[in-house]
Amino acid sequence: MSLLEVASLARSFGGLRAVDGVSFSAEKNRITSVIGPNGAGKTTLFNLIAGSLEPDSGTVLFDGEDITGMKPFRVARRGMARTFQAIKLSRRMTALENVMIGRHVRSRAGFPQAMLASPWARREERRIREEAMKAIELLGIAEYAGRETGSLPFGVQRSVELARAIASEPKLLLLDEPASGLNIRETVGLAELIGRIRAEGISILLVEHDMSLVMDISDEIAVLNFGRKIAQGKPREIQSNREVVDIYLGEDDD
Amino acid sequence: MRRFATVLLIAVCAFALPPLLTALKAAFLLTQLTMAAYYALASLGLCALMGYAGQISMGQAGFFAIGGYASAYLSTRNLAAASGDPLVGGLDALGLLSRGADAYGNPSLSLSPWIAALCAILLAILVAVLIGIPVLKLKGHYLAMATLGFGIVIEKIARGTPALGGADGLSCVPAFALLPGLEVTGGRAARAVNFTISWVVLAIGLLALVNLVNSRPGRALRALHDGEEAAGAMGVDTARYKLNVFVLGAAYAAVAGVLLTHYNGSIGPGEANAMKSVRYVAIVAVGGMANLSGTLAAGLLLNFLSLRGVFGSLDDLVFGVMLVAVMLLSPGVRSRR
Ligand SMILES: Nc1ncnc2c1ncn2[C@@H]1O[C@H](COP(=O)(O)OP(=O)(O)OP(=O)(O)O)[C@@H](O)[C@H]1O
Ligand SMILES: [Mg+2]
Repeated sequence: MSLLEVASLARSFGGLRAVDGVSFSAEKNRITSVIGPNGAGKTTLFNLIAGSLEPDSGTVLFDGEDITGMKPFRVARRGMARTFQAIKLSRRMTALENVMIGRHVRSRAGFPQAMLASPWARREERRIREEAMKAIELLGIAEYAGRETGSLPFGVQRSVELARAIASEPKLLLLDEPASGLNIRETVGLAELIGRIRAEGISILLVEHDMSLVMDISDEIAVLNFGRKIAQGKPREIQSNREVVDIYLGEDDD
Repeated sequence: MRRFATVLLIAVCAFALPPLLTALKAAFLLTQLTMAAYYALASLGLCALMGYAGQISMGQAGFFAIGGYASAYLSTRNLAAASGDPLVGGLDALGLLSRGADAYGNPSLSLSPWIAALCAILLAILVAVLIGIPVLKLKGHYLAMATLGFGIVIEKIARGTPALGGADGLSCVPAFALLPGLEVTGGRAARAVNFTISWVVLAIGLLALVNLVNSRPGRALRALHDGEEAAGAMGVDTARYKLNVFVLGAAYAAVAGVLLTHYNGSIGPGEANAMKSVRYVAIVAVGGMANLSGTLAAGLLLNFLSLRGVFGSLDDLVFGVMLVAVMLLSPGVRSRR
C-alpha cells in the first residue's frame, strides 16, 4: 500500500479548474516529485493534500486513512509536514523557537502544565529544545539558532522552515519549491540534504522547478499541466516523454 | 534568570513597599497601588490574548465586571428568609454560608466569599467560552467590534438589572478571607496587608504567564498570531488555542474583578464601561503588545496616576490619545501585514 494515495482530486476557483481529476500515489521511502509549468496546480494540489483547501471531489488516503477534507492540524498530527512556496515563519521568534514549533505534534504540555511549569512540563520542554537543535544541526544553521528569524538571509530562512518540518518527524514531507531563491551551491546542498532526510525514513513529495534537481533525486515524477496529470514515470521516462518535453522541459532552460 | 526579573521585583515590592511608604509618611498611596495592581492583573490577561496570540478584545472590562458583580451579588444576597429551603440548609450544613448583619442590623445569611468568588470566576469562564466560540472565528476589527458589543451588553445588563443595583451598583460587599486572618478588604487597618496580597497575586499571575509564553502552548499562540496557516500545518489547533487564551484572559479579568470588588466593598456599572475596555487595550499597546513586563509597568503606572486623579477630567481622553499615539508611532503595530 502506498503512503499517500490521491484519487480523482479536483478543485476549481470560480471557472478555473486548478486541479482537475488528478490521481497519483507516493510510496514509502521514496522521493516523488510533481512538476509542471507555472499555474499548473501544483501548490493547489499540495493544499488539497495537506488540508489547507477542501477538494470539490476526489479522495486523499494517507497511511491507509481517508484524510479528505480534514483540517490541516489533524493531517499534521497524522504525520504530514510541509514547507511553503512563500516562506511562512514567525518572523519575531528566533530560529530555534520556530523549529521548536515543529515539535508541537510530538509533545503534550497544555496551558495548566505550562503555567505551573510542572517538572514534567519542564522535562518535556528540554526535550523539545534538544530535538529542535538536532534538526537545526542537520540543516547546518546552528549559528543562527538564537537569531530573530525575520533578520536572517533568505536561504537560511528556507532552512529554518525545513528544519521546523523535519523536527516533527513526519512520515511524509511536502516541499513546495524548496530550491527557489537558492543559489547553485545552496541547491546542491539541498539535494544532498533531501537525500539525508529520506535516509532518516521520511518520504518526500516535492514540487520543484529546478529540473536538474528533480531529475537527480526523484524516484518518481508526476507532471501536471492545466490541472491535469499528463504523465508519470521515472525521471528517465519523463525526460524522454514527447508531450512533457514539448509543454514544459523544452520551453524552460534553467 | 532574566525572564523572572520582573516577577521577583514585584514580589519584593509586595513586602518592601508598605514599610518604606510608611516610613516616608506616604502610606496613603498604598490604596491606589493596590487597586492599580488588580487593574494591571486584568491587563496581563489581555496581554496574553492580544499581545501574544494577536486576538484583540475590546470586552475585557465585561469579564472584569462579571467577576466583580457575580461575587458581590452572591456574597451579599441575604438567604436568611430562605433558610427553611433544603438547598440553603444544605449549603449551611456544609459550612458554605456565612452569617452577619445587614445594613439595618438584621441577621443575614449569605454565601461565603470563597464560594461566591469561585462561582463568579467560573461564570466568567463559562461566558467566555460561550462568547469566544462564535466571535473568535472573526479577525481583526470584526473581532474588536464583536467583543466591544459584548462589553456594552454587560454594562447594560449591570445598569438595567435592579437586583444588581442599577446605576448604583452593589455595595456592602463583605471582606474576603483568603486564609483565616488574611482578608481582602478596605479600611486603613488592612491597607498594608491588602497591598501585599494584591502584589503577590499580581506576581503569581505574571509568573504563570511568563511560564506560559515560553512554553509549548505559548509558542503555539505566538505562531498562530504570525500566521494561522503555518501554525495549523504544524499541528496547532488554532481555534482551540484561541479559545483557551480568550478564556484565560477572561479568567484573569474575573479574578481581578472579584478581588477589587471585595477590596473596595462595592462595584458599579462603570467597571464594565467600554472606556474601561479601551484602557486595558491602551495599556497592552503602550506596554509593547507581546510584552508582559511592559504591560505590567504600564498597567501599574497609568492606573495609579489615573486613580490619584493626575489626569483630572481628561482621564479617559488620556487613554484614548495614548492608544492612537501608539498605533501611529509603533512600526511593530503598523507594519504587520
Ligand atoms: N486561492 C485561489 N483563488 C483563485 N485562484 C487560485 C487560487 N489558488 C490558485 N489559484 C489559481 O489556480 C491555478 C493553479 O495555481 P497553483 O498555485 O496551484 O499553481 P502552481 O502550479 O503552484 O504554480 P507555480 O509554479 O507558479 O507555483 C492558477 O491559475 C492560480 O491562479
Ligand atoms: Mg506553486
